Amino acid sequence: MTAFLSVRDLSVRFATEDGVVRAVDGLSFDVERGRTLGIVGESGSGKSVTNLSVLGLHDPRTTEIEGRILLDGQDLTTAPESVLEKLRGNRMAMIFQDSLTALSPYYTVGRQIAEPFRKHTGASRREARLRAIEMLRKVGIPNPALRVDDYPHQFSGGMRQRAMIAMALVCDPELLIADEPTTALDVTVQAQILDLLKDLQQQTGSAIVLITHDLGVVAGTADDVLVMYAGRAVERGTAREVLRSPRHPYTWGLLGSMPRLTSPVDEPLTPIPGSPPSLLDPPPGCPFHPRCAYVDRVGGDRCRTERPEPPEGRGAACHLPDGAGRGRTR
Amino acid sequence: MGRYVIRRLLQMIPVFIGSTFLIFFMVYALGDPVAALFGDKAPDPATAARIRQELYLDAPLWKQYLHYMAQILTGNFGTAFNGQDVLELMADAFPVTLRLTIVAILFEIVIGITLGLLSGLRRGRSVDTSVLLATLVVVSIPTFVSGYVLQYLFGVKWAVVSPSVSPAAPFDQLLLPGAVLALTSLAYVTRLTRTSIAENSRADYLRTAVAKGLPRHRVVTRHLLRNSLIPVVTFIGTDIGALMGGAIVTERIFNIHGVGYQLYQGILRQNSPTVVGFVTVLVIVFLVANLIVDLLYAVLDPRIRYA
Repeated sequence: MTAFLSVRDLSVRFATEDGVVRAVDGLSFDVERGRTLGIVGESGSGKSVTNLSVLGLHDPRTTEIEGRILLDGQDLTTAPESVLEKLRGNRMAMIFQDSLTALSPYYTVGRQIAEPFRKHTGASRREARLRAIEMLRKVGIPNPALRVDDYPHQFSGGMRQRAMIAMALVCDPELLIADEPTTALDVTVQAQILDLLKDLQQQTGSAIVLITHDLGVVAGTADDVLVMYAGRAVERGTAREVLRSPRHPYTWGLLGSMPRLTSPVDEPLTPIPGSPPSLLDPPPGCPFHPRCAYVDRVGGDRCRTERPEPPEGRGAACHLPDGAGRGRTR
Repeated sequence: MGRYVIRRLLQMIPVFIGSTFLIFFMVYALGDPVAALFGDKAPDPATAARIRQELYLDAPLWKQYLHYMAQILTGNFGTAFNGQDVLELMADAFPVTLRLTIVAILFEIVIGITLGLLSGLRRGRSVDTSVLLATLVVVSIPTFVSGYVLQYLFGVKWAVVSPSVSPAAPFDQLLLPGAVLALTSLAYVTRLTRTSIAENSRADYLRTAVAKGLPRHRVVTRHLLRNSLIPVVTFIGTDIGALMGGAIVTERIFNIHGVGYQLYQGILRQNSPTVVGFVTVLVIVFLVANLIVDLLYAVLDPRIRYA
């Protein structure tokens, strides 16, 4: 029995002028209905690319995809475009990060919400409009019957993000991918949007993939966590496990670079030294080893030469013996 | 919006006065129209003086201008020196040029936008490269060359259309002249559409449209094309004015008795009432076309609001 969304051994490569970029490399994860998976990582770690390929939104001319993406047992990587069209916006939907550019400036919010509904359900213009108003009410837009005729630029940032969510949820999708849905918003609005997503999930029981670089967002919303680095999974587990007892030095680093309310205010944050590797030419062995402080604790040259196994279930892709560095950063 | 339109209409008044006065002044500077009236013969001084007085030509320039404008406002564009009513000339010439312009604009819209869309969607491929090359060639060839060449090929050698246009100037005879008139603008429309399509096809909202499950043709027409046409509509709108007044070469080649033809005759024969009258109307056409374009802009792009 496979999960509702099951990604198996996914690799995504882009052909660029400088060479082939391995944006995602051997990634596997599962999401069940009614659960939220948080995918965490820095910019360029492959988290967005992964989810664009789930919906088939990559450019097929420059992108090469290997592995399998199974939605309810159906492989999306081999599915024809006509099948994907019927799934997109209907059974699987996406919320994009920047709602100002992701919404078309030339159509009213209501029309943009109604568009996928009409396409997938064959509803009339009138029915779709009523549905758009209902969705706007659901996501907490005041005066939805009036605001439905507004253009995106007449909405505030938070309202636009709500409208995006309304648009993604208009057909009650079973899989919702939210790509940094709160990054462009201020903290209070961020909390509202995340609560909204949780509420809607409880009503519809959809599976959610929440892409973020913010561990605080993960802590509040996700059931499971996948930490990505340089296109690979470096750690996975339940949100509680990963946040309470992280096993990968990169996760330690992420947690160590976050401010904590309980620490003294003048205590400096601990950044992760260095920057993520180029995916044109990833380092051999463990991709994190150039930035890792624990390379010496592993015997010999293993970190530099041997690629650690990707984590299955609860685990980390690291040569360190389990528990070796626990509590290092806290 | 209403206030904006009123403000724009009021702004037209100084532009109108300034441009017509300039035209008036330049035509005046052309030389003595009375002398031209007599052709090679030296005019009898008494007759010349009488004509000058009749035509206000002995008054200072600004007085002549005021008198002329006052007459125009009452609908009197005067008579050409050959005795023809200028208003009558206009009534004959403007419909012909209008038909020619319509044909040219249709060519620009249908062919220009189609080619631009095709090459914009296939950036860097052979279709795109050939369209870019072809438009470059078209832009660099002057109208009198392309006009005579096409007239010879289609009208004389293959004889598929009549090489010159009858005075009635029906639409079917205007196809070839319309194409010639449209050529340069058509190339610009193609390139403008291509750039706009290429730019917008990377926009986030197009990805959203795909993510909604819309089929490709719907994404392209409803989201990409519609949004890319805003600069193109602006260009075509302003081009209407330019085509109406700029058809002189094309109308000469195909012997079309339109605005350009009459203007050319007027300048050649120093027929100032014709020249000033026609140009005055063209100025108005230009101003109104520009206003409509600006208003259309607000209709097409809801982010633009005029107050």
